[in-house]
Amino acid sequence: MTREALNNGSSTPLRRVKRATLYVAVVTLSLVMIIPLLWMLSTSLKGDQYVLRMPPQFLPSPATFSSYKQLVELLPIGRMFLNSLFVALATTVGQLLTGSMAAYAFSRMRFRGSGVLFLIYLGTLMIPFQVTITPLFVLMRVFGWINTYQAIILPGVFTAFGTFLLRQFFMTIPRELEEAAFIDGASHWTIFWRIILPLSKPALATLGVFAFMASWNAYLWPLFVLNNTTMMTLPVGLASLHGRYLTRWNLVMAGSVITIIPMLIVYLLAQKHFVRGVALTGLKQ
Amino acid sequence: MGWVLFFLLPSLLGLLVFIAFPVISSLVLSFHEWDLLSPARFVGLENFKEIISSNDFWSALGHTLYFIAGYLPSVIAISLGVAVLLNQRLRGLSIYRAAFFVPVVSAWVAVALLWKWILNPRFGLLNYALALIGIEGPAWLFDPASAMPAVILTSVWKDTGFLTVMFLAGLQGIPTAYYEAASIDGANAWHRFWRVTLPLLSPTVFFAMVISLINSFQVFDQIWIMTSGGPAGATTVLVERIVKNAFSYSRMGYASALSWMLFLIIFGVTFVQMRAQKKWVVYD
Repeated sequence: MTREALNNGSSTPLRRVKRATLYVAVVTLSLVMIIPLLWMLSTSLKGDQYVLRMPPQFLPSPATFSSYKQLVELLPIGRMFLNSLFVALATTVGQLLTGSMAAYAFSRMRFRGSGVLFLIYLGTLMIPFQVTITPLFVLMRVFGWINTYQAIILPGVFTAFGTFLLRQFFMTIPRELEEAAFIDGASHWTIFWRIILPLSKPALATLGVFAFMASWNAYLWPLFVLNNTTMMTLPVGLASLHGRYLTRWNLVMAGSVITIIPMLIVYLLAQKHFVRGVALTGLKQ
Repeated sequence: MGWVLFFLLPSLLGLLVFIAFPVISSLVLSFHEWDLLSPARFVGLENFKEIISSNDFWSALGHTLYFIAGYLPSVIAISLGVAVLLNQRLRGLSIYRAAFFVPVVSAWVAVALLWKWILNPRFGLLNYALALIGIEGPAWLFDPASAMPAVILTSVWKDTGFLTVMFLAGLQGIPTAYYEAASIDGANAWHRFWRVTLPLLSPTVFFAMVISLINSFQVFDQIWIMTSGGPAGATTVLVERIVKNAFSYSRMGYASALSWMLFLIIFGVTFVQMRAQKKWVVYD
């Protein structure tokens, strides 16, 4: 095979056939990923009597929003959406702020035991969440925090992962800028807030989208600290809906659509940050 | 020193209260018997002895390993394959990538419910599609023999996109000069994959295996929604046992001991993987 053939796919008929096969394969695989999600949408738009029809209707006819209307009557969906949004935003902001502050201390300040302390931070990453879940639940009861926002937000805020990621990024920022600012009498806070953070927007965005996603989709922990319907986040509310209306698949799929649409919008808006975040995870060994 | 404290204190306090304290308490609890109501009673190693001698633990461990044995090779091989396909300078890459990534950003609860519906033996999409090509589909989540395969299928579908994007980034880091040299030496596509792509990608593949293995030992959300450990206990897994013991049976000490067993298993397996990487991972 020549160098041209490698660089230019359309030079010979054989290459053209290979190219076409490639596209067919990729499109088929993409459909395997997408069809189940379209099925979710389609089911959610069906009236009760059409859901269990065989052979299945791919396009709902007539399409109706009735299951969405019923959903709003059965569950405080609006409130649950706001719960999810508030919890995810607060977790994200909290993680970014505490993580970047600690990262600043570890990358810009000299203090005794900083090396050991950083190792301890990293060590906490090895511990599976399941190890802490039982005492954490007891702690929430002692604090009287069952069915509160802080019970879902705070345990999600403090993870050494953000500190680690941001420290790596801060290390790559040259020190000349801050040295000039120090000479002009700027404090550590000014340097952190005015120089380091603005220069770290890509890293903060990457960490931010993953923190938001983890919080928006979280199930295991919120399941145990929330049992009051009005405090529930969407995934917990959705699971409780399924528990009560086992075979009302149009209803359950409508709830699923509502749960994933906001995350899809976040993905479409911040695609490059997701891709970079995943790539970073893979390249960091 | 004042500034150091100022910057460190928020995260330090948080880690102490929400990680360090629970970790230590969990260790202490694992040597106690406690039902949340009566005072905790010290029982020494009783919890661990009970775990080791109980069928419950071994079958949950067995099911977890069954899940891993089905899930891990499939998700790695499929996402590697898809990444190689997507790396062929295709038009519309971001559209295909989005198709694979949508399940990744979707909540497990929604995905698990969707697949529970698709896997419905009588009205589900999958068995309908199988019937079209003349195959009578199994009862999936209702049959102990097919429940775990169904959970594995769902998990592979959800996670493929994550590893695909990770591998794609790794592939794009391989200089094209390597491929050109291999082509000039007469290597075909198959040889190029085995001799160039795989060795150069092996650090990324290794990392993907480490994190996927850690995550799959902690499999929970999909099990809890799709089967709750059933049918007939065919899909009980380690985390599901921890959760049931802590929150359904109020056996806080026993649940803590179980969680430490899980930690030890994960730690041990990761350690072995780290040691074994020298044999096959190529760092330049």
